[in-house]
Amino acid sequence: MNGFPLLTLITLVPLIAGIIVSGLGSKKRLARNLALFSSLLSLALAVVLWKSFDAGSGELQFVEKHDWIPALGVSYFVGVDGLGLLMVLLTSIVTFLALLASWGRAASPLAAAGRSPDSALYHALILFLQAGLFGTFTALNFFHWFIFWELSLIPAFFLVRLFGGPQRAPAATQFFVYTMVGSVAMLLAFLAIFLATSKPGVPGVFDFIQLGKMAARGELNQALVMNLGWFSLTGKQLATVIFGGVLLGFAVKVPLMPFHTWLPATYAEAPSPVTMLLTGVMSKMGVYGFLRILLPIFPEQVQWLRTPLLVLAIITIVFSAAAAFAQRDLKRILAYSSINHLGYCLLGVFAVATTGDGVIAPAVQKAAAFNGVLLQMFNHGVTAATLFLFVGFIEQRAGGLRGLNDFGGLRKVAPVFCGLMGIALFSSLGLPGLNGFVGEFLIFKGVFPLAMCSAAIAVLGLLITAIFILTILQRVFNGPLNEKWARFPDLTPAECVVVALPIGLMFVLGLWPQWILGMVNNTVGHWVAQLNF
Amino acid sequence: MSSLSSYLLLSAFLFALGLAGAITRRNAIIVLIGVELMLNAANLNFIAFWRFGDHPEALTGILFAIFSIGVAAAEAAVGLALIIAIYRQYKTTNLDRIDSMKG
Amino acid sequence: MDWIVKNLWLIPALPMLAAGISALTPQRGRKLSATLAIGSMMVSFLLALCAFAHTLGHQGEEARQVFNFPWFEFAAGSAGVLQLGWVLDPLTAVMLVMVTFVGTLIFIYSVGYMAHDDNFTRFFTFLALFAGAMLGVIIANSLLLLFICWELVGLTSYLLIGFWYHKPSAAAAAKKAFITTRIGDVAFLLGMVWLYSQTGTLLFYDHGAGCMEQSALAKMVVQTTSAGMAVSTAIGLLIFCGAVGKSGQFPLHVWLPDAMEGPTPVSALIHAATMVAAGVFLVARVYPLMGARLEGAPVETTALQVVTWIGAITAVFAACIAVAQNDIKRILAYSTVSQLGYMMMGLGMGGVAVGMFHLITHAFFKALLFMGAGSVIHGCHEEQDIRHMGAIRKYMPVTFLTYAAGMLALCGFPLFFSGFWSKDEILHAAHGWAPSQIPFYLGVIGAFLTAFYMTRQVMLVFFGKNRAAAHDSHSAALSHGHSAAEPHESPAVMTVPLMILAAFAVLLGFVGTPAWPWFQNFLEGEVATVDFARLSESATLMISSSVIVLLSIALGWWLYGRKPRQTAAEPDVLEKARPDLFWLLQNKFLIDEVYEATIIRFNAWFARTCDFLDAWVWGGVVLAVSYLTVGLGWVNNVFDQFVINLGFDGGCSGMSAGGRLASRLQNGQVQNYLRIIGLGFAALVLFLIWGGGK
Repeated sequence: MNGFPLLTLITLVPLIAGIIVSGLGSKKRLARNLALFSSLLSLALAVVLWKSFDAGSGELQFVEKHDWIPALGVSYFVGVDGLGLLMVLLTSIVTFLALLASWGRAASPLAAAGRSPDSALYHALILFLQAGLFGTFTALNFFHWFIFWELSLIPAFFLVRLFGGPQRAPAATQFFVYTMVGSVAMLLAFLAIFLATSKPGVPGVFDFIQLGKMAARGELNQALVMNLGWFSLTGKQLATVIFGGVLLGFAVKVPLMPFHTWLPATYAEAPSPVTMLLTGVMSKMGVYGFLRILLPIFPEQVQWLRTPLLVLAIITIVFSAAAAFAQRDLKRILAYSSINHLGYCLLGVFAVATTGDGVIAPAVQKAAAFNGVLLQMFNHGVTAATLFLFVGFIEQRAGGLRGLNDFGGLRKVAPVFCGLMGIALFSSLGLPGLNGFVGEFLIFKGVFPLAMCSAAIAVLGLLITAIFILTILQRVFNGPLNEKWARFPDLTPAECVVVALPIGLMFVLGLWPQWILGMVNNTVGHWVAQLNF
Repeated sequence: MSSLSSYLLLSAFLFALGLAGAITRRNAIIVLIGVELMLNAANLNFIAFWRFGDHPEALTGILFAIFSIGVAAAEAAVGLALIIAIYRQYKTTNLDRIDSMKG
Repeated sequence: MDWIVKNLWLIPALPMLAAGISALTPQRGRKLSATLAIGSMMVSFLLALCAFAHTLGHQGEEARQVFNFPWFEFAAGSAGVLQLGWVLDPLTAVMLVMVTFVGTLIFIYSVGYMAHDDNFTRFFTFLALFAGAMLGVIIANSLLLLFICWELVGLTSYLLIGFWYHKPSAAAAAKKAFITTRIGDVAFLLGMVWLYSQTGTLLFYDHGAGCMEQSALAKMVVQTTSAGMAVSTAIGLLIFCGAVGKSGQFPLHVWLPDAMEGPTPVSALIHAATMVAAGVFLVARVYPLMGARLEGAPVETTALQVVTWIGAITAVFAACIAVAQNDIKRILAYSTVSQLGYMMMGLGMGGVAVGMFHLITHAFFKALLFMGAGSVIHGCHEEQDIRHMGAIRKYMPVTFLTYAAGMLALCGFPLFFSGFWSKDEILHAAHGWAPSQIPFYLGVIGAFLTAFYMTRQVMLVFFGKNRAAAHDSHSAALSHGHSAAEPHESPAVMTVPLMILAAFAVLLGFVGTPAWPWFQNFLEGEVATVDFARLSESATLMISSSVIVLLSIALGWWLYGRKPRQTAAEPDVLEKARPDLFWLLQNKFLIDEVYEATIIRFNAWFARTCDFLDAWVWGGVVLAVSYLTVGLGWVNNVFDQFVINLGFDGGCSGMSAGGRLASRLQNGQVQNYLRIIGLGFAALVLFLIWGGGK
């Protein structure tokens, strides 16, 4: 399997399918089927990748490396470790679900406006988005990684802009501009690194792995000091400025407060299947970047700025949970809840950036935190996507209504719906036995000894999450039946089949987390050994 | 007034006469004659400077003049040939009508 | 290792499996789901008996056998493997037998009680799930496994309190229960991860390497936190927070009375006998940690003192409130809170055996009382207000007799009832407690109040005159199709479990008397001996507590039985005496109102503030930046239009004008050229003449 360009194929499948689908124009049915087929193929390829992945090794696998523009140090360099594999799996699962969720949306209010989400364009954009995501999660050279990073942004923008709710125009613009600002900051930072690492006759370095190794040896900072003089900044300050640029790029994507204001509006306005992709996978791009790029390349800076970053992570966790409690729109609640859940990931990422002096077995704690972060990424991807899937169902049934107080007592008329959505909500709440718990437990297990106060404050987030999730259950499902919805249809068998996949995953991951942990464990061990704190 | 100056004055007069003719007259042949006059004014200068110069024993001045006269003859031949060719084309020798060199 | 140790997991797994199957059963599969639930509980009960017999056969350290297995691996090496496991020791065995036995009876009782409910199958699904999770808590040999089951127990409690979800009060009570217990659980989680980071394991017992064993405890005792507290104490207190939430201890007791919104079997099983006792069980389980101390330090560690004080305060506090309640189930709920306080006190002062003995006896007689109350409610057509009852004794004799047994056990009626012996143990321990005598007096006051409010309840419910007629229209509306509004005895499916429980409420006390402290010795892994001399040691205390109980019952009879109230509307005897105090008690010391005004309001305020910050401050900054950008764009536009464009246009037209001018020079007029050459020549000459060339 080693010579076969599996990763390239994985990225190419949705790209080619997207091009074909975009040319189908009015043949909606064919476009829909083709898109679904393509995503199924991607899923199959991802499973093949998973099955042929050697979990016993923490090194990069399926590496393909070809010189591309040698004069600029650009090569086509792809490969996955446990993290990449996990993200490829997640992307293929969530995209498949999102396409299934788009299936019955022809009757949405936008259909009349000629922008129904069953058009060929819509499906093509989703496939392009998927290709961008696959590319981002497999690329190891900044040059084409950045291309894919941006490639995923553009279809997402159009999906929100063309197919979103009434406030879609400002939401999409805000989303685009925000992310773009982050991307530009990151691009500049990497150009600075490129310049700093280039020597006469030798191009600079764009290769993440090589940069990581240089940083671990302390060469990167040295190069920055030697080759880049900028105003009167010292080397440390300069490196921090560059770090700040990269940080901004990722912080907007995750998002880390206070760079999050684009998110609630975008999630609320995007059509639900697109929100599934946005929260399920695109938000993971940021965390992925933190793990793959920020920690290995800027270990000193993360360590130096650890306390303020931890404070930001805590603010993200507590504020977003509290803000979610104040919302009255289901989608906005879940959007803030999404910020909250990813806040735990960032808490874990920042907490490990320490030597861990005085901590018992710091390597174990760090490994626990990393593993927790990875689990949380996957779990949140599955759970949040499922929740938005359910909200999509609600919207479809209620003609676009999704207010917290618009319903009541739905459990009486739609018991299956409420039962299954209840499972998803409790998974989001972090109930043991479902997937959300293990990741959060491992994060806290790792973070607590490394950053005790942060962990102690961050658990407040768990509490507030419980409050708003139970409020959803109380207002929407429990209480006397709102007579307006006496004919609220329960889940159809087809819908049950769609949700059975993620719900099943929730149980499997909750009871048998070793499934994921076995995949990423050696990768994490590798990181802990490599990272130079 | 030295004799050189008088020669030079004569030469200048001749040159001015030739220039005036070349500029003002419409007929191409008269213009050509004006040009010849200017050339001869130059020849007169050559001779005058040679005769009153530092090395009258060398034949430089006369040689210049002879070359110049030769060139003028050749030029006149070419010029007349051109005029004839132009006349054949435009049926006129009036230079105002001939502006095909306009940029 | 015996087969039962290896297969101990079957005990919780069977009810869980039953729950799984009946979750997939359609609503009409009533028989199937009830059979599955009861059957699985019965098998679990038999297995629990086997486990019990197994522990009986071992003494001392051997009585504790564990089975551990890895769950997942998150780092290299043995420290990176998270192990779960189960433990079979006397504590587990006793709890297993109690939960499966009481559970089976309550399941059977529920078949009668819930017979007319539409969601019968769901009810048994949740009950079975609860039983599985509760049994999981009991057998867990890992704090994490305990926590997982603990949370599942909380979930089922949530589901069952909100079982009649269409009632807004039930939905709200369910949410309140979950969130209040979650407050404690969050601290529990912190304590757990702290313990994990300190000891590197969450297994309680692991052949010397577990976190409740000597080597791990010794390490934690010597370390101190920044606040000067031993790490073991800090962790113990955090874990205790979880117990406070679950066991309804002050100040997190507020959810338990509201939880009475659930069906009565649920109140009996979850909110009286088992789940609320899980907090007490947790403290008993981590008792080595709570009691960990330096060599030579007093036995009463800080953690245990906190447990004692919280328990003592809760015991009296809840008993006071119970005196003024009028809802039959709420009285029992506050009584449960109060008794749980006693158990905590017992644990804190007398050790595991004392607390656990009261836990077990209480489980039986409180389940009995709740089921009796359920029977009364059922018989009185869903009436719960004791002011509207009276003389039920005549209509429901079986219920009355069993209820009376439970009531006397709860009051601690001397010698013949289990509650007497277990409560006496606690008071005995409190009497000898070195740090302070106040908990002892609080305990005595609590005992007095307990006997009083139970007498009041029984007098109002079973004696006197039936006051239901006073609001005939009300009860007629509620009596679904019953020909008469008269109370009626419940069916056998409900009364037989009552009788069985009543028998145990009486007999169970004799396994733990001072003369033959079999129960205590069993928990401590020793052989019990009979020695009546020990009775005389605590005779004074026993006699005085008996006197107090008898006095209290007499006072209750004098106030409520001697001159029974005639109508439902007339004020309570105590209310006539001290209306202000009675009002305060009736309103539960206004704790709910205080929370409403502080914590809940703060939470709402905080949420609004965050939202406001988000929408206006962060959003405002973003808006400001975008307006700044737009403004800059405008300035740029102006600059472009009036500076760049004008300049450019000017340049362009200048160029083209120049071009036009230059092209005029080249008009093809040869003579023009000549003129210009002439002029140039002249100019050159003039220039040279005036000496410019030098």
